[in-house]
Amino acid sequence: MVVVAAFVLQFVFWLLLSGVFTPFLVAAGAGSAIAVVWFARRMDMVDVESFPLVMWRTTFHYWPWLLKEICKSGWTVTRIVLDPKLPVSPTLVRFRPLQRTPVGLVTHANSITLTPGTITIEATPEEFLVHGLTRDGAHGCVDSEMDRRVAALEGAP
Amino acid sequence: MTVGAQLVVDVASWALLLAGGFFSVVGALGLLRLPDFFTRMHGASVTDTLGAGLILLGLVLQAGLTLVAVKLLFLAIFIFFASPAATHALVKAALARGVKPQLAPEDPTSKP
Amino acid sequence: MFAAAALALLVAVALAIVRAVRGPTVFDRVQAGNTIGTIAMMLMAVMGFLAGRPEFLDLAIVYGLLNLVGTIAVLKFFRRGDLGAPADGET
Repeated sequence: MVVVAAFVLQFVFWLLLSGVFTPFLVAAGAGSAIAVVWFARRMDMVDVESFPLVMWRTTFHYWPWLLKEICKSGWTVTRIVLDPKLPVSPTLVRFRPLQRTPVGLVTHANSITLTPGTITIEATPEEFLVHGLTRDGAHGCVDSEMDRRVAALEGAP
Repeated sequence: MTVGAQLVVDVASWALLLAGGFFSVVGALGLLRLPDFFTRMHGASVTDTLGAGLILLGLVLQAGLTLVAVKLLFLAIFIFFASPAATHALVKAALARGVKPQLAPEDPTSKP
Repeated sequence: MFAAAALALLVAVALAIVRAVRGPTVFDRVQAGNTIGTIAMMLMAVMGFLAGRPEFLDLAIVYGLLNLVGTIAVLKFFRRGDLGAPADGET
């Protein structure tokens, strides 16, 4: 299943970059995709972590919410940067995330980093270390709605 | 497509392009103005997410339903996966090499 | 209108270059370089539309991939290797 997904991804990427659909080029793309997947399998790189199929079904109502959050905090950071007084209060917070699987942890850490104003410095199952541009922004990451939403995503079988 | 619908799409994509350019400049300005390395990352993050996302969305509206639009969407999704990876690697490397973040003074929970 | 967006992106590149020149740590420079790479990628996409040649997008995609790999390669070098820099990351 994961192998098929890897093949489809490589093949679609070939078609996207080529944009020419003659039989020879499509066959060459399929051959290249098979070769790449075969090499990746020999390197033990094709696994659930690189193709988290579990997340795909639930992804579509998480991403719009994440985009909304990015717009909101992006506007906050914009106002701080354009403010002549530059009202920053950089803060580090540590907290324990709710997620248990590696994919869930990476999703949560990347979501925090994507939202302007907060950056994940360290991400382990026991503890996240987050740097925030403002004190409110940093403390907003502790026990956040994002934490619960990502945990709900990985909870789906 | 009728002329009216074309006009609406054009105006929307121009607005998105201008907003994307604005946020890109704001992000670069943040990179310049903010006081230390860790806070500068937040400025760059505005460019990587809002600036790139809005400009590419504006271009998608101009491209219509073609392969070009699919390429633009791929580019946007790629930035959204790659930018946190690069940011995380940067911050971790900086912290490992001993760059200390400036912290707000009166915060009881901070421990670098 | 593409020209306006391209102009804004050029201003952003100029600001990022100032940060890359001023430093002060090597990580500031790498960060500025990464931002310049992202902006250059968008600039390529916009220029493709400005010139009516969307093939520029392929260049933008490849540039984006190289930008990520390049940033992480440089970081690995500065984290593991030593160029005779003092331990606090000053160049």
